[in-house]
Amino acid sequence: MSRIWKAFWILALALPLSVFLVWGIWHNAKLFFITLLNGLTLASLYFIVASGFTLVFGLMRNVNLAHGSLYLLGGYVGYFVGAKTGYFVLALAAGFVAAAFVGLLMQVAIFRFMQGQDLRQTMVTIGLSIVIADLLLWAIGAQVHQLSAPDGLAGPLRDIPLITAYSKYRMALLPVGIAIGVLLWLFLNRTRVGMMIRAGVDDRAMLAATGINVNLVFAATFAIGAGLAGLGGVIGAVELSMVPGEDVRLLLASLIVVIVGGMGSVVGAAVGATILGVAETYGLAYAPTYSVVFTFVILVLVLAFRPRGILGQAA
Amino acid sequence: MKSSKRVFLRTLAGAAVFAAFSGAAFAQQTVKIGLLATLEGPFAAGGADGMRGAELAIKQRNGMAGGKKIVLVKASSDAKPDVAVNATRKLVEQDKVDIMVGPLSGGEGIAVKEYSKTQPNITFINGSSGAQATTLVNPSPNFFRFNTEGAQWMVGLGKAALDKGYKRVMLIAEDYAFPYSQVQGFMSEYCRLGGKVPVKAWVPLGGKDYASVIARIPKDVDALLVVLGGADAVNFLNQYEAAGGDKPIVGGSITVSQDILNYKGKRRDSLVGTIAGAPIADAYDHPDFKAFVSAYQKEYPVSSGAYPSPSLFALVYYINMKAALDGLDAVKGDLSGGQAKYRQALSKMTLKTPVGDVRLDANRQAIGTTFITEVVKDAQGNLFNRVLRKVDGIDQMLGMPKEQFKMGSRDEPSCP
Repeated sequence: MSRIWKAFWILALALPLSVFLVWGIWHNAKLFFITLLNGLTLASLYFIVASGFTLVFGLMRNVNLAHGSLYLLGGYVGYFVGAKTGYFVLALAAGFVAAAFVGLLMQVAIFRFMQGQDLRQTMVTIGLSIVIADLLLWAIGAQVHQLSAPDGLAGPLRDIPLITAYSKYRMALLPVGIAIGVLLWLFLNRTRVGMMIRAGVDDRAMLAATGINVNLVFAATFAIGAGLAGLGGVIGAVELSMVPGEDVRLLLASLIVVIVGGMGSVVGAAVGATILGVAETYGLAYAPTYSVVFTFVILVLVLAFRPRGILGQAA
Repeated sequence: MKSSKRVFLRTLAGAAVFAAFSGAAFAQQTVKIGLLATLEGPFAAGGADGMRGAELAIKQRNGMAGGKKIVLVKASSDAKPDVAVNATRKLVEQDKVDIMVGPLSGGEGIAVKEYSKTQPNITFINGSSGAQATTLVNPSPNFFRFNTEGAQWMVGLGKAALDKGYKRVMLIAEDYAFPYSQVQGFMSEYCRLGGKVPVKAWVPLGGKDYASVIARIPKDVDALLVVLGGADAVNFLNQYEAAGGDKPIVGGSITVSQDILNYKGKRRDSLVGTIAGAPIADAYDHPDFKAFVSAYQKEYPVSSGAYPSPSLFALVYYINMKAALDGLDAVKGDLSGGQAKYRQALSKMTLKTPVGDVRLDANRQAIGTTFITEVVKDAQGNLFNRVLRKVDGIDQMLGMPKEQFKMGSRDEPSCP
């Protein structure tokens, strides 16, 4: 693409966006900034779930369409532990561990035998997602389960300039999401295990030849990826509540995040999640009827101009 | 290859003949009823309770109607019209049910009604779907609805809101046919009496995140008209409270139903005082209704996952299933002649329900009773709906002359 065309497209995107920005602030600054905050906090939840997805899908080339089911599982486990013990931290830990354990089982018992067979993995994970969803429906029922926010985070945060009041719990999602992102990036880029994971993805045989147990490395990665979905589930159980069907919604969100942001990149997932979260909330605030469309417009634009995602690289 | 194909065909033909014969023999002592409700998606909890209600109607007569044994075939959808049609199609074309009861949700009802036109020999009875258009626009000759619909359920609520001093309300509702009907039912009365609805927010069904909508609530409204159901209602109420919202709420029929008042999580005492319109009121003290409630409680104890008191979905599915069975009794199980006699009986019957008698109009749509209710808290801390007012004999025109009546949509009615 020539530079002129590139400039044209950037302008074509940036112009309406900046017009909207100016108009939005002028029209109702409070609404505009609350919506921005809403978008970023929703993005945080999407990022936590999608980062697990990108880890498994992008780094390991392992298509896990049961990722949403792990979210649901983590959420339910978190709900029951939280309701029983009253400690939110325990609920978070239980959700992470439960989903990580199931993820580990999936990798050890199933995916190990179909490494690199994308289509087969896809079919098996779709099957698994249906089975898990139905098992959960059978065991727990279809009632809405909503975990209470921890006492310190219940209710609104008042007297914030411009936007007056905002949900404390929701506000807390933002630093949590950022912290998980930074930790994940450090883990993958600055630790030995992270290096092994990246190396294993690039050349599995070579890594094995250096004397490293590749299956163990991949199992650990899968467990972490699944655990992040479970963790997201517990966080989502407070803000969005748990109910059958959430699995599909979060799977779809994760897929969009990974496609938009670029596969296998933690930073990409952060970018993708931010775009999706912000677009969804602004859509709901300013054009609720058409809010669903915005998500797909973004998907179309990204696939048209950057088919590998905004930060994606050639495989 | 060729011979194996032939063998396969022969087996298939054999199986078909067998199925045809056994089916014919079967049809003499049994009637197959298909039951469709949402066991997935945003109304999963309501769907499960709807199934309880429908099964209760069958259990109350020991699984027999019109001298025949009732065989129930269940299917699930997720509140999406196409899923509901596929599930209905499976029940009708594959399971060969004689009578269909369902679906649960508004958009689904319109879609299933359209499908019913392609199956003139099967009788379709509504589940709990409450969109006006189902029986108002191009009604189907073999689709019956023994429950009143969304707009009828809101008659009287506009006045009740004004009596509470709510002169301006903001509307928050899901963007599909059922809430359109509910809003029309509320607003046609509310606007006529001088109320104002300056902002309407139509949100996607199953949207879950209401932070943006909450941000749009203007300071100068007295209350919120919230027409959300299932998980959506729970999320909205929770997020509104967490965001520091304190405006009173006027609820749609499924916004403060038992399935919402009893979701798993902390009780929202802020709901106390919420008024709503519905075909059911938990604390209605008519003996018929009390009998229905105790039958439900006996059959489905809370420990089995049911509610302390039947939800709207349980009642409405019960009513429609009861109509199907009463109809079978009336014709002594005779479904011959494309079920013509059966339909005749359904059209003419006065159905006895726990909330009073129901008749059908020319479009096979129920004319019945609506309750205006208010959420109160009992001694055990359970939330339930008490009756503020009962309005009988509401027809689909809501008492308006036909030329004045306009069906609900996103923009209709309007009084900013």
